Amino acid sequence: MKVLVPVKRVVDYNVKVRVKADQSDVDLANVKMSMNPFCEIAVEEAVRLKEKGVASEIVAVTIGPKTAQEQLRTAMALGADRSILIETDEKVDSLTAAKLLAKVVEEEEPQVVMMGKQSIDTDNNQTPQMLAALAGFAQATFASEVTIDGDKAQVKREIDGGLQTIEVKLPAVISADLRLNEPRYAKLPNIMKAKKKPLDSKTPADYGVEVASKLKTLKVEPPAERSAGIKVGSVDELVDKLKNEAKVV
Amino acid sequence: MSILVVADHHNSELTPVTANVVAAAKEIGGDIHLLVAGENCQAAAEAAAKLEGVSKVLVADNAAYGHQLAENVAALLAEIGKDYSHLLTGATAVGKNVFPRAAALLDVDQISEIISVESADTFQRPIYAGNAIATVQSEDAVKVITVRGTSFDPVAETGSAEIEALDKATDAGLSSHVSEELAASDRPELTAAGVVVSGGRGVGSEEGFDIIYKLADKLGGAVGASRAAVDAGYVPNDLQVGQTGKIVAPQLYIAAGISGAIQHLAGMKDSKVIVAINKDEEAPIFQVADYGLVADLFEAVPELEGKL
Ligand SMILES: Cc1cc2nc3c(=O)[nH]c(=O)nc-3n(C[C@H](O)[C@H](O)[C@H](O)COP(=O)(O)OP(=O)(O)OC[C@H]3O[C@@H](n4cnc5c(N)ncnc54)[C@H](O)[C@@H]3O)c2cc1C
Ligand SMILES: Cc1cc2nc3c(=O)[nH]c(=O)nc-3n(C[C@H](O)[C@H](O)[C@H](O)COP(=O)(O)OP(=O)(O)OC[C@H]3O[C@@H](n4cnc5c(N)ncnc54)[C@H](O)[C@@H]3O)c2cc1C
Repeated sequence: MKVLVPVKRVVDYNVKVRVKADQSDVDLANVKMSMNPFCEIAVEEAVRLKEKGVASEIVAVTIGPKTAQEQLRTAMALGADRSILIETDEKVDSLTAAKLLAKVVEEEEPQVVMMGKQSIDTDNNQTPQMLAALAGFAQATFASEVTIDGDKAQVKREIDGGLQTIEVKLPAVISADLRLNEPRYAKLPNIMKAKKKPLDSKTPADYGVEVASKLKTLKVEPPAERSAGIKVGSVDELVDKLKNEAKVV
Repeated sequence: MSILVVADHHNSELTPVTANVVAAAKEIGGDIHLLVAGENCQAAAEAAAKLEGVSKVLVADNAAYGHQLAENVAALLAEIGKDYSHLLTGATAVGKNVFPRAAALLDVDQISEIISVESADTFQRPIYAGNAIATVQSEDAVKVITVRGTSFDPVAETGSAEIEALDKATDAGLSSHVSEELAASDRPELTAAGVVVSGGRGVGSEEGFDIIYKLADKLGGAVGASRAAVDAGYVPNDLQVGQTGKIVAPQLYIAAGISGAIQHLAGMKDSKVIVAINKDEEAPIFQVADYGLVADLFEAVPELEGKL
């Protein structure tokens, strides 16, 4: 069984981003970039499926600039067998990303597409669902436990009131929630080995997909700042403030 | 222009966020229809008909929609949605699962988790864990939008819309429901509560959360948690507040034993009043707290509960 893992290059989750003075975007010059944490979880899950003998091959794919190769190398150091870079310097919206990934799915014919539930930059949480729609696949989003059983998968999902278990037919798109697993760190020998694994470079044009968006970002602003509060010295003072100043109790 | 609001519900009841979504629809302006897709969902439909501003409630009552499976509900939305200018729903677990699939079937982008309506085609949404607010404009024929409920005041329940049955059944046959483990609770729903008391890693254990629950009950509030507390198994996953959990904006948010990571702040910093109880006076949570108390939570929380 082949598993396809789309991974995304995003600003590292420890970075507190700032908005550019001209409000055109956030300032990503010289900030640390990493693999989206949810994509790391997806890669880990794919690798575990391979270790269990369920998956036979793992293919990582990313859409992004040339530098996104770094994230593909990371995926391969963690256990992906080969990878595909769909290179573009344009901003790719979710629908376009899903259209490109649908073409890769057509070509690679994976049984499972393992993805992150959301990327921590745009916080969209939509590419997996869109890909599932375009590929005509079942979807199991926000997964916290995945069991593959023949041509089906049982997936435990994090929902508003707790957990839900569904069964989906394969091929399917599965999107990883935080508690699906704890990703491993890449070991040095594996990082070295990953440098020799195959990495295919493509462009959106190779797939006949035009990178265009009907969604325009007009401006990007910093959020309203909270004005700094005070420290209270005791519980009594806190109760007094809540009752008489904030009037919330 | 006509807008289709898709209800978030549990068949027998409507979840409160639907009233907030209708408020967002009213800001866009136009005729508002509301879809309830479910199974034996007449009660939810009747509640929906009372939401002020809704002119018609469409009910698709069929076993295919009983568990809100994305493949089935999205197919229904793609079929009836193309006649509307906007499709709106809450950014809930169901909305986030179903709406992007429907958007792709309609060949349009989705605008995720809007926090304000600037005009019929322009909206604001937080990005980068709320560290930036983007104003986005959509040229798509149908605008598919999820709404952050806490950013819109709910409409009143004074309406009386007509209810119309939709004779539709789209079962894609790709997925099925197996089981559900729902946390039973008499406390208010986290995202709609007026008071939220949250505990973090500092609470230390499942038993430690007893004092958090007691304080919440005293205030008639809901209980929340940081990711660290959920990961450690102190509380169930659905209590997680933050970038990748629930977004809350209560009148009063009390954070005990939570350091204040940006991912946590993303879920609660729009609260009206924030109280932080932490034994580390350098904890970043104090930078957003209106009232900070440097103290051991195991002493301060019970004392606070006793004195309120
Ligand atoms: C500086 C910058 C600014 C941008 N500005 C905008 C903007 O204003 N408007 C806009 O619509 N988009 C913008 N984008 C593009 C945007 O970041 C995303 O690439 C796009 O919206 C799709 O990802 P998502 O956030 O919807 O992914 P989500 O749906 O949140 O991601 C879920 C999963 O989808 C997969 N995935 C998503 N993107 C990719 C990818 N590129 N390659 C491989 N797998 C992927 C991953 O598995 C990921 O975990 C910008 C990108 C950059 C770098
Ligand atoms: C992709 C991603 C998504 C994430 N999403 C979320 C999210 O949605 N929500 C979220 O919360 N986090 C999220 N996180 C995790 C986040 O980065 C932090 O790790 C987490 O919020 C820390 O939880 P905490 O504050 O409880 O724990 P810690 O940071 O360990 O803080 C514990 C605090 O308790 C205090 N304390 C200890 N004992 C006591 C005592 N007896 N009395 C008083 N104070 C005490 C300590 O001083 C400390 O400040 C995410 C991380 C990633 C990478």
